[in-house]
Amino acid sequence: MSSISNQPSPPLAVEMHDIVIRFPGVLANDHVNLTLKRGEIHALLGENGAGKSTLMNSLAGLYKPVSGVIKVNGEVVNFNSPRDAISKGIGMVYQHFMLVPTQTVTENILLGLKEPRFFVNLSIYNKKIQALQEQFGLRVDPSAQIWQLSVGEQQRVEILKTLYRGANILILDEPTAVLAPQEIDDLMKTMRRLVEQDKSILFITHKLNEVTAVADRLTVLRKGKVTAEGIGIEGVTREKLAELMVGRKIIFQVDKKSQKPGEVVLEVKNVSALNNKGFPALKNVSINLHQGEILGFAGIAGNGQSELAEVITGLRSCSGSIKINGKQVANQPPGKSIDIGVSHIPEDRTGVGTAPNMSITENTIMKNYDQEPIGNRWKINFTSAREYATRLKDKYEILAPSISTQARKLSGGNLQKLILAREISCCPSLMVAVQPTRGLDVGAIEAIQNLLLEQRENGTAILLISEELEELLSLCDRIAVIYEGELMGVVEAADANLTNIGLMMTGSMRSQA
Amino acid sequence: MKNPFTLQIEKRSEDIPKWLPLVTSLGAVLVAFIFSGLVLKMIGGQPLRVLGFFFTATFGSWGVFSDTLVKATPLIMVGLACSLAFKMKLWNIGAEGQFYLGAFFASMVVLVPLVPPDSPKVVVLTAMVLMGMIGGALWGFIPGILKAKYNVNEIITTLMLNYVAIYWNNYWIFGKWSDAGFQMTPMFEKTAWLPRLSDYAKQFNALSGITLHLGVVFGLIAAFVIWWIIERSRWGYEIKLIGDNPKAARYAGLNISRNIILVMMISGALAGLAGMAEVSGVVHRLQERISPGYGFSGIIVAWLSKLNPFAVIIVSILFGALIVAGREIQPSGIAFLLQGTILFMVISSDVLLRYKIRLVRYNEEKA
Amino acid sequence: MNLEIILHAGLATGTILLFAAIGEIFAERAGVMNLGVEGMMLLGAMAGFSTSLATQNAWLGLIMAIFAGGILSLAHGLVTIHFQADQVVSGLSLTFLGTGLALVLGEGLTGQNPPLIPNVSLPILASIPFLGSVFFTNHSILVYVGYLFIPLTWYYIYKTRPGMHLRAVGEKPSAADTLGINVYRVRYFYVFVGGCLAGLAGATISLSVSPGWYSSQTTSGQGWIAVAIVIFAQWNPVRAAVGGYLFGMLRRFILDLQGPALLFGFQNPIFMNHNLSFFLQMTPFLLTIVALVWGSQAAMRKRLGSPAALGIPYIRGERGL
Repeated sequence: MSSISNQPSPPLAVEMHDIVIRFPGVLANDHVNLTLKRGEIHALLGENGAGKSTLMNSLAGLYKPVSGVIKVNGEVVNFNSPRDAISKGIGMVYQHFMLVPTQTVTENILLGLKEPRFFVNLSIYNKKIQALQEQFGLRVDPSAQIWQLSVGEQQRVEILKTLYRGANILILDEPTAVLAPQEIDDLMKTMRRLVEQDKSILFITHKLNEVTAVADRLTVLRKGKVTAEGIGIEGVTREKLAELMVGRKIIFQVDKKSQKPGEVVLEVKNVSALNNKGFPALKNVSINLHQGEILGFAGIAGNGQSELAEVITGLRSCSGSIKINGKQVANQPPGKSIDIGVSHIPEDRTGVGTAPNMSITENTIMKNYDQEPIGNRWKINFTSAREYATRLKDKYEILAPSISTQARKLSGGNLQKLILAREISCCPSLMVAVQPTRGLDVGAIEAIQNLLLEQRENGTAILLISEELEELLSLCDRIAVIYEGELMGVVEAADANLTNIGLMMTGSMRSQA
Repeated sequence: MKNPFTLQIEKRSEDIPKWLPLVTSLGAVLVAFIFSGLVLKMIGGQPLRVLGFFFTATFGSWGVFSDTLVKATPLIMVGLACSLAFKMKLWNIGAEGQFYLGAFFASMVVLVPLVPPDSPKVVVLTAMVLMGMIGGALWGFIPGILKAKYNVNEIITTLMLNYVAIYWNNYWIFGKWSDAGFQMTPMFEKTAWLPRLSDYAKQFNALSGITLHLGVVFGLIAAFVIWWIIERSRWGYEIKLIGDNPKAARYAGLNISRNIILVMMISGALAGLAGMAEVSGVVHRLQERISPGYGFSGIIVAWLSKLNPFAVIIVSILFGALIVAGREIQPSGIAFLLQGTILFMVISSDVLLRYKIRLVRYNEEKA
Repeated sequence: MNLEIILHAGLATGTILLFAAIGEIFAERAGVMNLGVEGMMLLGAMAGFSTSLATQNAWLGLIMAIFAGGILSLAHGLVTIHFQADQVVSGLSLTFLGTGLALVLGEGLTGQNPPLIPNVSLPILASIPFLGSVFFTNHSILVYVGYLFIPLTWYYIYKTRPGMHLRAVGEKPSAADTLGINVYRVRYFYVFVGGCLAGLAGATISLSVSPGWYSSQTTSGQGWIAVAIVIFAQWNPVRAAVGGYLFGMLRRFILDLQGPALLFGFQNPIFMNHNLSFFLQMTPFLLTIVALVWGSQAAMRKRLGSPAALGIPYIRGERGL
């Protein structure tokens, strides 16, 4: 056990020893060890569901380990709540930001603190926070409300929140997942600056290039177990890392056959739309999509991608024209685009894509319950519905006890397979897929990506919205970049330049095309 | 914070046994009875005697059992009305008002009159059934369209319309339709009476005094129809989908606004039919307080039945008994108290269906 | 028909709605909708009335009313916060339970005359012409408490640390949780506060504004109107107060319409046919609906909404944590 330190050399900021965390039916962390030296950046790697977030949540005081020892700065700690962890100088930036959208930056930073005791004079604290911003170079308007801020700014608020609490051990959970390449560079500079000022950082990721760019050491988790503990980053290859994370060699290249796109399926012309807050989300977007083509949409979250998917599928009103196979669908009810043959993999699997308390059967017939043989004008033939569901379950390898299992009991990957199975089966001409692989493990990602490519070969036109640039580059024929609702340009995936895409994603460049 | 023990809640990952919902519901009713008994004891009553009285007064003979069923009749229909709306998570709290409007519209047939007074019984009764349902549907339509078009909270609108309906009825029975200044209309002609079992007492002596009327058949038919709609029909699938996840329903191409209005109208029509059955089958005139809160009891009936139309029938009989007994038991609020407690216990017991609950001693958790 | 009387009486009856609505605002701001206001008010009215009768002390009655409302609300808290039951159904059952308890325990209170909360006039302020006699003359002490309540609750919600925590718990409980705020404790506390204020509203009726015990007629739907006012007020206590007062004035105005034979120089149809007064009696309820439609449309236009976590039980580890 290299982690047990009796030598005087640099004291450890964090020492997690033999940690076991159990959820009903799952062993999330299985005797995990992890050390964080003072002043280092330590990368924690693993695929989705490997137990990284769980381990870090236990360090942040949110979960209690069943057994194991946590030491912070050499002292054994026993956290009963996040407050205890905060008092020991631990600050966590969650992947899904923990910010109150209707409160200001300052209010968010002050939440949960003992000071101010009762009256809150925001202007005094605005100044304090500005001073903190100067120190670490994290600019954001303290009196702005969170919902008005960009994702990058919100992340800065999260970091400021931990710093204001005097954190010297920072945990960043997948901080780069939502950022554009240039923003990632900024974040890494910030991380370096923090380490220079004697902070220590634990940094969860699954991207090797980020690890080599910024980390000193790394630890890898797979299925709750440590597969590499605190190794230096020298000489670690991408393949080696992938094997440590997944447990087998994986092929990074997906098998995309070259094929000529066919007729125009989707014609978007001068489309503008508002977001839920009533601000412009899409500005004059025009684009075409052909049969057998995958058109990717790159952009930082919240730049109009979701709204684009919604106007095409009839879930949001807009101005301009949207034609699918020559038929106008703009401002038509969602049923219309379904009839024309538009399938939709929604961003929010549980909130939009499925009915959580209904069975797999009832979820698979969501788009064709009114068509023979499953249903007619009056009734639903549940016998044929069950046959249909069984067929889809077998064909798409949806793992579940039975077809009468409730959708909410499915894992993320199986839920996504269910949605894909349903959508592929019902509406063949155009598929709008929003973040289809987000949060899934490697096996599920492979399965989903192959299904998309299969659809492409069958001649379906696919609009793929994703925040994973790598995914877009490997799957798409063309990539469109969107920034603040405007189309910055469209590039051929084959000769795409990552830097240029990054610049377009942040609005600093517009392609000539 | 050093609690002596903590409540530890674990999600059930396995399927629940089939018998569990029934057991928890029965347990809930039992606990509610015990609680109400304790309150009664506290104020100096004799809970056991009241309980004994309760059974003899409601199930003790064919006569009283018939009374119980007569009270259960409107509850079945109102309970179904609520079940249908709740299936879509549409909180129709306005069955009481819809009941009154149904009674009013049905009475219009006789009092305006809408059909010639000498029409045959079949014609009069058919017209009353239709008008009763139209009246209830109208009272459901208003909150339905407000919810669908303007996103107005239906809980408040349906509730407010209850008051409006009662005042509206009062206006007619105190004024225009008053029977010589009394707070009721004149008694309807016999052609407007729903057939009762006691009508056949001449042929079958045993039926004399058995006041059970045809309305109970309406209730049974309605239960079957609602069951078919929910479990077998395409529309029922849409209702369940909207109820479980309206966003998914919209995504699947459903017209949610139209369904809200439709469900509110059908729900209202059922409550209206209950109102019709009450004026035509029991009181034979329109008067004040024709409902001792059927509309509200229907909410509890629906929930206690877990929105299952056939269970609504059984639960309605229990609640019918409560109403029959409640008329005689003093203090009068005890039936209300019992109903509230039952509903509370039922929703509390639902947690047992979703979670396993364990009490964990503090030091035990530490270990 | 006297404007001064209408305004004066409106402030008094509006105080009832003000307490109940602000109580509900607290609960809903914390993310728990409690539709049991009517039941809690009725129980409070009964508890206040009977305690005052038994102890011959109206203030003890008031305290008991607050306590009764608060205790009842905890049942709702347990069921919705710990058991994660549906808040709508639980709130409804709380109404039944509260009403039932109040009716059972309130047997025989009708017609009794316990000591009441005294009416007073405020020195100096009362002598301001017109306004003084409307706002500061011969009002129940509770009405003045209501005046103070409006700015204080507004300040509390928007400008203090606990208010900040309250809003955070109702908007994004997971964020509050990660910062060490005990979401359950905050929710229980404000559900309790809401219950206390509903109890106070009940006692405001039975011990002050329209004294007496008239079984379920004592509250006659005002708890529900308070719930509507919360929505109409967009969870803002100042708007809730304005709504409550306006509503109170309206009720008085309607009542006064029935008196005179001549109305604005015309024959008063209601005076001629008293049955028309049923239409007057239904107007507050119809107007509630109108106000709600108006409020809902304004909210849709401005894209304002209820607290984001309203109605959703908080479970650590679910919904993005």
